[in-house]
Amino acid sequence: MEKILNVKDLHVSFKTYGGEVQAVRGVDFHLEKGETLAIVGESGCGKSVTSNSIMRLIPSPPGKITKGSISYRGQDLTQATEKQMRKIRGLDISMIFQDPMTALNPTLTIGSQLIEGLLQHKPVSKKEAKLKALRMMDLVGIPNPEERMKQYPHQFSGGMRQRIVIAMALICDPDLLIADEPTTALDVTIQAQILELFERIQEKTGVSIILITHDLGVVAKIADRIAVMYAGKIIEVGTKREIFYNPQHPYTQGLLKSVPRLDLREDTLIPIEGTPPDLFAPPEGCPFTARCPFAMEVCDKIYPFHSKLTATHNVECWLQDERGKRVAASAIASK
Amino acid sequence: MLQYIVKRFLMMIITLLIIVTLTFILMHSVPGSPFNEERGTNATIQANLEAHYHLDEPLYVQYFIYLKSIVTFDFGPSIKQPTSSVNDLLSRGFPISLELGLVSITVAIISGILLGIIAALRHNGMIDYIAMTIAVLGISIPNFILATQLIQTFAVYFKILPAATWSSPMHMILPTLALATGPMAIIARLTRSSMLEVLTQDYIKMAKAKGLSPVKIVFKHALKNALMPVVTILGTLLAGILTGTFVLEQIFAIPGMGKYFVESINTRDYPVIMGTTVFYSAFLILMLFLVDVVYGLLDPRIKLHTKEGES
Amino acid sequence: MSLLSEKQKNSSPSIPDEWFSPLNKQKQDAEKLTRPSLSYWKDAWQRLVKNKLAMTGLLFLVFLAIMAVFGPILSPHSVTDINLPNQNQLPSSTHWFGTDELGRDVFTRTWYGARISLFVALMAALIDFTIGIIYGGISGYKGGKTDNMMMRIVEILYGLPYLLVVIMLLVVMGPSLTTIIIALSVTGWVGMARIVRGQVLQLKNLEFVLASKSFGTKTIRIIRKNLLPNTMGPIIVQMTLTIPSAIFAEAFLSFLGLGIQAPFASWGVMANDALGTILSGHWWRLFFPAFFISATMFAFNVLGDGLQDALDPKLRE
Repeated sequence: MEKILNVKDLHVSFKTYGGEVQAVRGVDFHLEKGETLAIVGESGCGKSVTSNSIMRLIPSPPGKITKGSISYRGQDLTQATEKQMRKIRGLDISMIFQDPMTALNPTLTIGSQLIEGLLQHKPVSKKEAKLKALRMMDLVGIPNPEERMKQYPHQFSGGMRQRIVIAMALICDPDLLIADEPTTALDVTIQAQILELFERIQEKTGVSIILITHDLGVVAKIADRIAVMYAGKIIEVGTKREIFYNPQHPYTQGLLKSVPRLDLREDTLIPIEGTPPDLFAPPEGCPFTARCPFAMEVCDKIYPFHSKLTATHNVECWLQDERGKRVAASAIASK
Repeated sequence: MLQYIVKRFLMMIITLLIIVTLTFILMHSVPGSPFNEERGTNATIQANLEAHYHLDEPLYVQYFIYLKSIVTFDFGPSIKQPTSSVNDLLSRGFPISLELGLVSITVAIISGILLGIIAALRHNGMIDYIAMTIAVLGISIPNFILATQLIQTFAVYFKILPAATWSSPMHMILPTLALATGPMAIIARLTRSSMLEVLTQDYIKMAKAKGLSPVKIVFKHALKNALMPVVTILGTLLAGILTGTFVLEQIFAIPGMGKYFVESINTRDYPVIMGTTVFYSAFLILMLFLVDVVYGLLDPRIKLHTKEGES
Repeated sequence: MSLLSEKQKNSSPSIPDEWFSPLNKQKQDAEKLTRPSLSYWKDAWQRLVKNKLAMTGLLFLVFLAIMAVFGPILSPHSVTDINLPNQNQLPSSTHWFGTDELGRDVFTRTWYGARISLFVALMAALIDFTIGIIYGGISGYKGGKTDNMMMRIVEILYGLPYLLVVIMLLVVMGPSLTTIIIALSVTGWVGMARIVRGQVLQLKNLEFVLASKSFGTKTIRIIRKNLLPNTMGPIIVQMTLTIPSAIFAEAFLSFLGLGIQAPFASWGVMANDALGTILSGHWWRLFFPAFFISATMFAFNVLGDGLQDALDPKLRE
């Protein structure tokens, strides 16, 4: 399999009124062609900053990639000029945002917003661009595309707008699609439809997808692999099977317990107590220590080493240490 | 859309009616005014007034006669210039005032928007800081004071521009500058802040994610949305400019309506005061209405109420 | 699996075994430092102090207030005494700002003018504030039909050409200190009423939300400590920005001949009287009132802008 994206030791900070926020603190992951990687975590964990960094869309100042590399097909995007990035955005890598209600310009017609990306990147005439746009609208399932092209965003429902946004992102046939919480703002029934649309599109176009979400239910449906982020770090990564059936990090376990599942009764949902740490001054040890049911002295002092459980399953937690396992076992026994 | 226009139109009529009624009541309550019981003007004028306003009729009848004359655009005679009617003065003065106002608002809109965009794009930079300081100064220096200082500098000291009248493009520079600076500053500030707000919107991020150039993002995606709030204040700015012409025409000796109006205030020429107030109010309220309609046309969302609902 | 963890164990030999024991959370919580949380006003004040332009404006206004009170006392010349041989003197050590065409001291008259101009503006702002609070407060608090009705009226009044109405009122009532203040307030309160209503609605909403969450006695504290300051912000800013527009209006009316009557003079009247000097070269007669009108408006405007930035809770994040 071909690695199309490889992120190494990515650090991103924001300078603010109150000091420097270290939003992403050393993130490693890669993406293979045609696969879907889900990056999961609570809001503020750095998952959106990570995806915006790939597109180089973090507002700068105050944001800055301070360390690390993002290699897309061999090119380091952290070193690319703005002009080079402009060629990549929309053509090679596309993005979908959380709220379809605000992602479309209210004063331009759907048609003109759809074709402008194509006109920007490819030597096509307006007519050809329109034809392509019609095909895309058809692909994402919008009826009467001809007529709908002339309408304005406010004439579409939320689900329909998200379909438009998806069509817009895919119109140049990109290699990589970054979807930042694409279903969060939608009704549950529409969520399912949009997720199915993602599957169908991936089948047809072979696009790789990075799915940013806080919702493991969404992930269960379409992800191949899952990276769990907490306080600016990826604390566990593995295939969908590995994460769902053999979660190792207590945070991952907590997340899974807080997701409604069909095979469990509603009242067994357990939210994770507490809040993530302040990233103005991130803790030296594991950032989850304060909320972790198995917290040990070591967790507070040193950040855990990287443990490779299988070729695809990695975790960063002291419980992987033999001595840590014993503590965990006795803690479970005493409960 | 139609519903929106009708609603605005009704509002306009009500506002006009209030102004007209207010003028009528006020003018009839001033002691010593020609409309009053104990009036002290000479016989010919009195006869003119009687003929026009039917002063011998009861007050409510006078009111309706007055309403009727306004609907037919007849503002009656002047007291101090028995040979001219208020209509004569208006038709002589208003075109000049209108020209001064239009030239000024055009200058204000164009330069204000440009200044605002530049400041927003250089947010927190030196240019932004300088532009915004100039803008606060522009808001703070009243147009009539700016006018006097401009005359002193360019006409008296450097002697490069004429100090008064409205007879050639050169003559227009100083009055226009004096009148346009304030609205320009307001437009620049508003454009800047609304541009900054728009630039943080998701659809701008989306446009960036499509790989569009900054120029396209600003002019195709941001500008129209950023200018919406500017459109909404145009009516108010126009009101400011129009009242500004009152004093500026006085200072620059421009024979516009404002000059006659100020003269009528000083000589207490009540029919002229009344006529001009009603005429200018009607003009401004009509402008406010037109601005609302234009806003409705520019913003596709407003059509929502009458066309189809959310699909 | 266990093999892998053995490897893991080997990779961290430097870590002492005793660190692998459950963490005492109580101890840890106690150690946690809470960031000092400033009160709303202190926080806003700190931001305002950092804004150099706004502070310059504030300092100028303090200076102006002091001079308006003590300026005329400092000067040996009277405001109204006419001294014809002394007319149109250049600024000098005896007459710091020169004299006018009746030989009156411009320095003394400028500070007297400050009293009148500031008094008119402050009174107008205060009356706007009072009416605005009452009208907007009732409208927002009552809600429903009352609110609808009251706001419809406001909307119509908002469409009236403000200065034309003021001119009409002054023509009828005759220009004087009181009538100018009345005329300015009759039309000026509308903007304030709108803002107050908006803030009251917001407050009502939050109060309701809080009450429904049954915070108990804490509710009132939260409203007083957090919500009230947030809603006061826009009202304070509006008031700060009303003052320069009242100063402008007063000066404008003076130019139309509807200003305060002689022998006392506001800045606007002084400037209007000095209009003829543009060509005669007695520049100081126009310059000083013109400068103080502009500088005062500038000071209030930058202070208002500064307050707006400092009080805006959105920026607190």
